[in-house]
Amino acid sequence: MKKIFSRTESLCEADTHYCSGCGHGLVHRLVAEAIDELGIREATIGITPVGCAVVAYNYWNFDCVESPHGRCLAIATAIKRLQPQQIVFTYQGDGDLAAIGTAETVHAANRGENLTVIFINNAVYGMTGGQMAPTTLIGQKTATSPEGRNAKNDGLPLKISEMLAGLAGVYSIERVSTDSPKEIFKTKQAIKSAFKNQMENKGFSLVEILSACPTYLGLSPLESMDWIRNTMSKEFPLGKIK
Amino acid sequence: MRNQKPETRNQKILLSGNEAIAKGAIDAGCRFYAGYPITPQNEIIAYMAQHMPEAGGVFIQSESELAAINMVFGALASGARAMTSSSSPGISLMQEGISYIAAAELPAVIINIMRAGPGLGNIWPAQSDYFQAVKSGGHGDYHCLVFAPASVQEAYDLTVLSFELADKYRIPVIILGDGMLGQMMEPVTAEAAEKPQRPQKKIWAATGCKGRKPNVVKSFYLNMGELEQFNLKLQEKYQDIRHREQRYETFNTDDAEIILVAYGMMARLAKKAVESLREKGHKVGLLRPISLWPYPADILKEIISRQPSVRFLVVEMSYGQMLEDVQLTVNGRVKVDFLGRSGGGVPSEEEIINRVRRIAG
Amino acid sequence: MIERIIISGFGGQGVMFLGKLISWAAMRENKFVTFLPAYGAEVRGGTSHCSIIISDREIASPCVEQTDTLIAMNQPSVDKFIGLAAKGSEVFINSSMAKSLPDNISVKINSIPFSDIASKLGNIKSANMAALGAYIGRKKVLSKEGILKLLPEAFKNNPKLIQLNTQAMEEGLKNG
Repeated sequence: MKKIFSRTESLCEADTHYCSGCGHGLVHRLVAEAIDELGIREATIGITPVGCAVVAYNYWNFDCVESPHGRCLAIATAIKRLQPQQIVFTYQGDGDLAAIGTAETVHAANRGENLTVIFINNAVYGMTGGQMAPTTLIGQKTATSPEGRNAKNDGLPLKISEMLAGLAGVYSIERVSTDSPKEIFKTKQAIKSAFKNQMENKGFSLVEILSACPTYLGLSPLESMDWIRNTMSKEFPLGKIK
Repeated sequence: MRNQKPETRNQKILLSGNEAIAKGAIDAGCRFYAGYPITPQNEIIAYMAQHMPEAGGVFIQSESELAAINMVFGALASGARAMTSSSSPGISLMQEGISYIAAAELPAVIINIMRAGPGLGNIWPAQSDYFQAVKSGGHGDYHCLVFAPASVQEAYDLTVLSFELADKYRIPVIILGDGMLGQMMEPVTAEAAEKPQRPQKKIWAATGCKGRKPNVVKSFYLNMGELEQFNLKLQEKYQDIRHREQRYETFNTDDAEIILVAYGMMARLAKKAVESLREKGHKVGLLRPISLWPYPADILKEIISRQPSVRFLVVEMSYGQMLEDVQLTVNGRVKVDFLGRSGGGVPSEEEIINRVRRIAG
Repeated sequence: MIERIIISGFGGQGVMFLGKLISWAAMRENKFVTFLPAYGAEVRGGTSHCSIIISDREIASPCVEQTDTLIAMNQPSVDKFIGLAAKGSEVFINSSMAKSLPDNISVKINSIPFSDIASKLGNIKSANMAALGAYIGRKKVLSKEGILKLLPEAFKNNPKLIQLNTQAMEEGLKNG
């Protein structure tokens, strides 16, 4: 019998703790596959965030450093500067990258650090129980916006990718989605190319991935996919931003 | 206190306390520095900007103290000797990172050239961050080793020692100084520069998993019971450090009826008062803690058992922070008096002498 | 032996440089020495100063509460620090920039136009070295030879200044 699919080496044999329909497990696998296809597992150092993906190192089979909330890119900066031959990436959620860690994100990008950033945007805080994220849509109900996000009180969804694209230090920014096999395939290509950029010393590359959190969207996994496709990606248009 | 060693004075260089700390770090093999400017420690970051690249290390002026301490976290996770420096408000911002570094058992060296507080306060000499440094300023049950140099030479020597002990115990080490120490210049013998340090390779560092299982540097223990086990391990380490690393200096304590207890630059001023009082026949001595955590409790206990009628006068540039550690150690067995000023004011020789005379009756 | 010095003047008069040079020379002559500069906002604009202690013994405090030598390079420095000059102190006043002299009879006033001396030599900035010359002439704490040995190191980035500063020191010595 011919084996047509197997667990890639950078992925451990473990059950994840993620909810059904959550995008994290899927993106973990895409990251692992990209790393293995590029043959860089033994040179890779991943930085995990605070948030649902904090223990991603339990699922990945390469060196990892767990960061305080929002500080991934400060940590990654130091690691890459001291070990320029290694491949360093951060894996961050919307709260980590675009709220508490905004300063670290902006300044690492502006310094043009030669890093790869995997940015999971699911428009809500998962680990703490469904509170408003900087990327929560207007009108979207969360634990801390019970009547729906209101621009006057809560501000507007933060488009950090567009913001960062304006910085001269940034090499590449792409927004992708996980709402269909086709988009997932594109996501993997984007991740792979962000790693390649680092291998070729091109500089700061960020992939923003629209990802589902069915639990706190209050939707089924399938409905979540529709929501990303029809609602979220209207606010956060897909494609190459820089 | 060890100001200078007369026998080697010809090889001396004239450095400020801040420069001596920065030079000590590089001589000790520190190869990563990140920091954010704040007075009165700016000579450290300037020295590092110039000399770290020459030493083949990495220097980064970070966007904040938060970023600085986390860059140091990353550097330590890479297995390098790394340091940051700041002054009180900046050190407050770093507390999150210091807690994580303590929890991840990373060997950081952190310099606090204190300002007078609270708030923005001012840049004059003060010792009002004692609690923050020795009682673990961030969240959780942890400790940092804390050293308080009283001369520029000692600032250099203790910085070198800090890197050694940080590696030995995998613990953050804080050097607590004040603006006077940071700014003043004195001759220094840079011994560590003569014999370059070769820090041991850190097998736990995140360096890529070639030829081994993956390493993870972390501080999160989700499963019930795991964190308690880890904390017990930390406590064992702290107990070991309490036994081994108490450091202090005594001056004229053998026959003293009143012993001043002071650290850092305050101890130098107190020493002068002791000399003046001795000339006038008062039996006065000085105990100068060099390690603030672990607190040199053993020598205090030894003095009390040797001379049960002794009295202590704690002198600080604060309103009584180290005082609490003396009181805890003494535990009511002898009288403890206090003289302190804070906010930039420094207890003068005259004030100390007057207070001792009043106590002596 | 203990020698407590305060040097004070406007920013740009080389007060800190002179303080460091004296400390450096003292270190080379195997003395204990501390140098404490005024720092931070205190030195933004206006007058700045530094304190130096030279001793045969370990120095307890680097703070100078009473001076044995005061070098005041301008009028505000005279006004601010003359009160700290101990009985018998040598007080060097830059009379080019301080016209109103103290009537403190318990100190030895050396009123010398350091800035004018330096200007005549071609660079007013070497007034500090003229003051140093006067100081080493009056007080035998540091030797002229010791200072001369340091100058090539002190001005290694601009050797042209060695001669000028040596001249200024010699002139100060003559006038001291």
